Amino acid sequence: MNTVEFRKNLFSDERPENLSEIGRPTVRQDILGHVTGRSAFYDDHQFDGLLHMRCVRSPHHHARIRSVDFSNAERMDGVRRIVGPNDVPKNLNTLLSLINFGKEDEPLLSGEKTAYRGEPVLAVIADTERQARVAASSVRVEWEPMPHVLDVEEALAPGAPTVNETYPDNTFEYHERYDHQKLRFGDVDKGFSEADRIVEGRYRMSPIEQAPIETCGAIAAPDTGDRFVCYTSTQALFFSLATTAKLLDTASSRLHFIGGTVGGGFGGKVDSIVEPMAVLGAMLSGRPVKFMWDREEEMQVGAPRGAELWIIKDGVAADGRILARRFTGYFDAGAYTRLSSYAVVKSTGHLPGPYTIPNVASNVYCVFTNRTPATAMRGFGITGVDYAIECQMDRVAEAVGMDPVELRILNAYRDGDMKAHRRVAKNTALIECCQVAAEKAGWRISPDSTRQSSLEGGGGRRAEIPETATDQIGRIGERRRSRIPVEPLVGSGPRGRIPAGTAGPAVEAAPPQRPDMAMDWEREKSAADFVREPVKRPKTATQPQSRLAAAPEPLPPAQEKAEAPYIPKAPFNRGVRKPGVSRFLSGTRRR
Amino acid sequence: MVEVLAFESIAQAAAALRDRTVYLGGGTLVMRAVNFGDSSIERIVLANDPSVKAIRTEGNRVVLGSGATMADVLASKETAFLASVARGIGGPAVRSMATVGGNLFAQHPYGDFAAAILALDAKLSLTDGSEIDMGSFLARRGSLRSLVARIQFERPASGEFHFRKMSRVKPKGVSVISIAALIPNSAGRVSNARIAYCGMGETPVRASAAEAALEGRTLDPQGIAAAVSAASAGLAPPDDAIASSWYRKEVAPVLLRRLLLGEAD
Amino acid sequence: MSKSPVSFELNGSETSLFVEGGQNLLDALRRGVGDLTPKFGCNQGTCGACTVLIDGQPFLSCLVLAVNAEGRSIETAAGLSDGPSLHPLQQAFIDGFAAQCGYCTPGMLLAAKTLLDRNPNPAREEIAEAISGNLCRCTGYAPIIDAILSAAEIVRRSNRP
Repeated sequence: MNTVEFRKNLFSDERPENLSEIGRPTVRQDILGHVTGRSAFYDDHQFDGLLHMRCVRSPHHHARIRSVDFSNAERMDGVRRIVGPNDVPKNLNTLLSLINFGKEDEPLLSGEKTAYRGEPVLAVIADTERQARVAASSVRVEWEPMPHVLDVEEALAPGAPTVNETYPDNTFEYHERYDHQKLRFGDVDKGFSEADRIVEGRYRMSPIEQAPIETCGAIAAPDTGDRFVCYTSTQALFFSLATTAKLLDTASSRLHFIGGTVGGGFGGKVDSIVEPMAVLGAMLSGRPVKFMWDREEEMQVGAPRGAELWIIKDGVAADGRILARRFTGYFDAGAYTRLSSYAVVKSTGHLPGPYTIPNVASNVYCVFTNRTPATAMRGFGITGVDYAIECQMDRVAEAVGMDPVELRILNAYRDGDMKAHRRVAKNTALIECCQVAAEKAGWRISPDSTRQSSLEGGGGRRAEIPETATDQIGRIGERRRSRIPVEPLVGSGPRGRIPAGTAGPAVEAAPPQRPDMAMDWEREKSAADFVREPVKRPKTATQPQSRLAAAPEPLPPAQEKAEAPYIPKAPFNRGVRKPGVSRFLSGTRRR
Repeated sequence: MVEVLAFESIAQAAAALRDRTVYLGGGTLVMRAVNFGDSSIERIVLANDPSVKAIRTEGNRVVLGSGATMADVLASKETAFLASVARGIGGPAVRSMATVGGNLFAQHPYGDFAAAILALDAKLSLTDGSEIDMGSFLARRGSLRSLVARIQFERPASGEFHFRKMSRVKPKGVSVISIAALIPNSAGRVSNARIAYCGMGETPVRASAAEAALEGRTLDPQGIAAAVSAASAGLAPPDDAIASSWYRKEVAPVLLRRLLLGEAD
Repeated sequence: MSKSPVSFELNGSETSLFVEGGQNLLDALRRGVGDLTPKFGCNQGTCGACTVLIDGQPFLSCLVLAVNAEGRSIETAAGLSDGPSLHPLQQAFIDGFAAQCGYCTPGMLLAAKTLLDRNPNPAREEIAEAISGNLCRCTGYAPIIDAILSAAEIVRRSNRP
């Protein structure tokens, strides 16, 4: 069976013809287990004396906890242990603390307030699942419901209730300075003033639940040598292990995680909530403990792809060239950060889509609301904004009276073009994709559009980095303090200009921790052998500095008396010892 | 811990009903509640009674045992006109479990078969020996102390019974709404139509306004126009994850028109 | 806690165990017998991952009261292959890339088996109907239907005298 069609005529000099795997179906190595039902998912591991753990959850979007009375539950048949917030050794975490990104903002069990419906406040461990359920439903919590906010724009409005006390302005904080992630390339206001038409659009995406058939869960059990074994549905085994070690303030060497066979994940099984719960249960009860979400929990508290809102303003020339594009984007993180902060950075790197536009600006917000916390799902950070961009392209085509496919080919990026985040585009293929899609759909495009190639016409002037307008607006807390309305790029503060051609500092992403961990190019030779001869590609005028440059060069100071733009104090680095951070985090132990 | 009590007959099972006790038919409703730890269920009563599974005819009347499953309805020649209703419910596994009697008690958005029973003007025989019509049953089903043993109705003439279901998933899923209708006509004119919806209220409901607007009319675009525009009149469908109340009210006239004119979905 | 004995035939073997009052057949098979091939997906009869055959008909084992299995004949995916020889459906699922995560696969195979046992020459629509109660979230319905079609062909060929 082969449903893939290869266009061997395209980019034929970029790959050898003797590939033995690419383009050929390969039988999965685990397929025999799947068809015989022998593949062992986490719940297929059986333990004698297994206990069951169930949570008491908030019925409110946003509520303070006045009191919790579990005296009835404690006395019920089969109940072994009640687990409360005080039983969690380090009851505040943010998932991306493992890469030093963001502040701790989410408890495993909440003691003071809950910020989304279904947030757990207590857990019951009992002999049977039914006993755990009945006991959990007998716990009496006195709630004080608080005003809640379920929409990103409302959450940014002056006077909106604070969802997450770690971020009192309801926005994630970027670079310890701004309430949003900025992207500035050229000068969009200048672009708008030169345009013949302005096309504006608003695009909304609802949350989507991954809905795996196997619900999230984990079974943990005391093991020999003072260790705990944990069978889990996680999609991110070592991430879950490190998060568990951190929340339970224990050495990761005490944890033996076993996973890898996952009954569907799609991004919804990375949040590492069930593993710390199960291991904590096993530690407190001294018995094997299963913590498994039922279908209702999977749908209600399982983190979905978050809602997004994108507002796009384009300045377009009469011939269809897009001269300027401005984005205001909102990611609805729900009540806690999880991975949404990263989705914002990822989406910003994707702007303005696969098009060469000389002036681009974007402000993208990671907004806290009282919805279920959002997380990864299939291309998150990209899927939503791509939907918005492509809807906007159709609107632009309509506004200038052009064929939508030809408009895309006209504005498509080509090899050698400079992208808005100051990297040279390579291996671009949008033009060819458009041509093949039009052909497949029986959509007629002009001979001129059919002749275009992503290998030609790029670079040159299109590779230049324009003079860029900068601003300092949207500093942390400013919006709430000065009651600044939610309006794109509105705010006070100094403006500046960065000279044309400024590529920005080259940052070596992650220097090797030890010399023997450095890449050995000799050993990579086999991969390089695939390229039989140098690829013929147009030389670009401005290459960004080498990725292996030694030290980051500071940006030239902005011309006006403005604070220097943000530069990280140190390159992104894993395994750096940070005060207050558990020394058992992945990567730090070897120090 | 749930106690299970099995009886020889459905009458004995009914006699054992008391507080915190449920009767288990096919299991699709009761087991779901038990699995999710419904603490109001402490006892399950069962009847190993072959007579409640029987489907038979008495003269011109069809008698469905309340324990007949959707698969039984599909397999029986007596109920061929109900095949489209039964086939629209669940996949094959649900159909081999779900019973006719259980569907009468199914909460919104379930209850396609109950809507058909309502359209057919059925009489229900209860285990206490009484008989009740479907409309009164739906009003009282929450507080009923006996069980439904049999469902009886007059066999509709060929082509008189119609059923349409609209769901958001192909090939099938839960109803956004479904319509069951008995449309008798004499000399080309409709008389005494009975139209019942599933999904347009908390229980299956009749479209009384549309029924009245159809009286004496012909089944063509002009003849049905008044009935179609009255399709949602007086009804307050619920909002839920399947569809909003607004959407259900918009769908009802479209589906009713397709049903009355025999148009494709 | 009082438990009740229940005996049934599981994949051709006599099986007896004690079950709790409200225990469902899925739980009894998995925890009581140790047949882990029926999967827990929703516990409410919507996903089909726990599908088993009882007296040849498909049932959702999460909605079957375990005591009601008394005296019945139950088939699970564990009984599909004959020793090392795979059932034509299993082989077709391998050859046709009809499983990704594998979680819906045992239920899907049993739903397909019911169809082929009754109708060895099904149309595509009949297959779609037969697996309409079994959800696959890796969105692999097309290869699954293709695999069932090709398994049907293998079955037909092997039945030919």
